[in-house]
Amino acid sequence: MELLNQIFVDPFVTMYELPDLLLQTLWEGFVSGTLYSLIALGFVLIFKASGVFNFAQGIMVVFAALTLVGIFALGVPAYAALFLTIGVMGLLAFTVERLILRHMVNQPDIILFMSTIGLTFVLIGLGQLIFGGEPKAMITKELGLPTGSSVWDVGGGAVIFQHIDIAAAIIAFLLILGLAIFFNKTRIGRALRAVADDHQAALSVGISLNQIWVIVWFAAGIVALATGIMWAAKSDVSFALQVVALKALPVLVLGGFTSIPGAIVGGLIIGFGEKLFDLYWGSPILGGGTESWFAFIIALLFLLYRPEGLFGEKLIERI
Amino acid sequence: MNAHDSNLHNRPDDGIAKGELLLHVDNISLSFGGLKAITDVSFDILKGEVRAIIGPNGAGKTSMLNVINGFYHPQEGTITFRGEERRRMRPYQAASSGISRTFQNVALFAGMSTLDNIMAGRTLKMKKNFFWQMWRYGPALNEEIEHRKVVEEIIDFLEIEHIRKSPVGTLPYGLQKRVELGRALAAEPDLLLLDEPMAGMNLEEKEDMSRFIIEVNEQYGTTIALIEHDMGVVMDLADRVMVLDYGKKIGDGLPEEVQANEDVIAAYLGVEH
Repeated sequence: MELLNQIFVDPFVTMYELPDLLLQTLWEGFVSGTLYSLIALGFVLIFKASGVFNFAQGIMVVFAALTLVGIFALGVPAYAALFLTIGVMGLLAFTVERLILRHMVNQPDIILFMSTIGLTFVLIGLGQLIFGGEPKAMITKELGLPTGSSVWDVGGGAVIFQHIDIAAAIIAFLLILGLAIFFNKTRIGRALRAVADDHQAALSVGISLNQIWVIVWFAAGIVALATGIMWAAKSDVSFALQVVALKALPVLVLGGFTSIPGAIVGGLIIGFGEKLFDLYWGSPILGGGTESWFAFIIALLFLLYRPEGLFGEKLIERI
Repeated sequence: MNAHDSNLHNRPDDGIAKGELLLHVDNISLSFGGLKAITDVSFDILKGEVRAIIGPNGAGKTSMLNVINGFYHPQEGTITFRGEERRRMRPYQAASSGISRTFQNVALFAGMSTLDNIMAGRTLKMKKNFFWQMWRYGPALNEEIEHRKVVEEIIDFLEIEHIRKSPVGTLPYGLQKRVELGRALAAEPDLLLLDEPMAGMNLEEKEDMSRFIIEVNEQYGTTIALIEHDMGVVMDLADRVMVLDYGKKIGDGLPEEVQANEDVIAAYLGVEH
C-alpha cells in the first residue's frame, strides 16, 4: 500500500504543490533531450547512408571539441577557429571515405561496423597525441555564447534558466531543421536514401557512393561539433564526453535508426523521462541514481514490443 | 506515342548510326582467385539491336554484364564503348556514358516509392548545382519539374500509374521488375543491360515485359543486351545471340544459327564425351 502510494499518489501531489520544481525539471529534461536528439541525429545520418552504426560518433564529438579548443589555444580568434574546425571535420570525412569506406563497398554491415570501432581507437589516439589527455575548458564566452541565467518566479518558487541551455536548444533546433530539410527535400537526400537501400543499384544509376559518404560524414561531423560545444560548455572538453554518445543508443531504439523526426522525438522522450522519473519516482523509491539506466530500460521495452522504433522504417520482407 | 514528340531520349546524336558498332569487348578474362568466370571472350553489340546472352547456370553471363557496367574489373581484355577503349570500366563512368541496367534479383530502393525510384534513375541528368538543390529553389525547382515530366512519361509507358506512390518493397515481383526497368529507362540509356528481365514471371507478365522491351527498342532506338533463360523469349526478341558455357564463348550469331549449333545443343542438353 505504501509503495502504491509512492508510485501513484505522492509524485503528483508533489508536482501540484511545487510547480516551480516541476517546471525546472521539465526544462532540464527538454535541454538534455535536445542534446540527445542532436547526438542521435549524427548516428541516424550515417546509418541512413551506409546502413552502419557508427561507433565513432561519440569520439567524433570529443575530437571536434578538442580541435576547436586546440586551434583557439594557438591564438586563432574564436570564430576563425570554429570555421577551421569545420574544415577539419570535412577533412576527416574525406579521409574516412578514402581510407575506410571506399574499400568496404558491398561488404556485410558488420564489417563496416567493426571498421568504425577501429576508427574510434584511431581518433582517441590521434586526439591524445595532438591535444594531450587532460580536460580543457570550452571557449564558451569567446564564441559569443551567453553564460548568465534568468530567474522566473512561479507560484512562490523560482525556475532558473541557464542562458547557455537556451542557446543550446535553439542551435540544436536550427541544426536539426536544416538537416531534415536538406536530406528530405533535395536530390542529395534522395540519393542518400537510395544508397541506404542498395549500394549496387545506386551505383548503377550513377550515384557516386563516395560523394554521398563524404557528405553524410561531414554532416555528422558538424553535428558532432555542435554537440561537443554544447555539452562541453556544461562540463569540460575531455575524453569522458564520448560516453554521452552511449545515451544516443536508447534514443535510436526509441525513435528508429533511420528516422530524423524519430531521433528528435526519441531524444525528447528520454530527456523528459529520465529527469521526471528520477525526481519523482527514482529518488524517493529507489534512492536516486536512476538517470544512468532509465533510458536503457525504456529502450529494452521498445525492443520487445516495437523493435523498429516509433518512426523507423518497418522492415518489409517478402517471403 | 511517337518517339519524336517525346521528352525521352533527346540525347544529342552521338554519330553512331543504327547498325554500327556500339560496344565491343575484346579478349575479356575474369577470375576470382582460382575460379575462372570468363575466359577470353570477345563479342560486340551493334547500335539498335537486341543482343541476347544465353548459357547454362554459372556460364558467366551476369559476370559479363558486370564487366560491361564496371562492377567487375577483368584481369585481361578491353571494353570499347562508343569508340572509347577502356581497360576497366567504373560504374560511374558506365552510367554517365549511357549504360544502364537491371539486376537478376531485383535491386530497387525498397523503402522509396515507385516515383522516387524512377526519379533516382535520373540522377545523372540533373545538373543544377548543389547550392540550389539544397534550397530547392530557383533553377533547381524548375529542373525538378522537368524531370518529373519525363518520369511521368515512363510511368505511363510502363503502365504503372496505379503504383506511383507505393513503396516498391511491398509490390509483387512482376511489378518490381517493371519499376526497375523504368528506373533504367529514366537515364535515357544508349545501352540497356537486362539481367533476366523475365525470371520468375508468369506467362502474362512475360508477354507484357516482352512488349515493353520491343517498344523500348523500336520507339526509342535503345540498344539492348539481355540475359534470358526462356528460349522462346530469346528467339522472339533477339537479333543476335551469344552463347556462353563455363565462361567460354561457344556460339554467336542469328537465333536460328545458334539454335542449330551442335556445341550449344550439347551445352544445354548434355552430351556424352
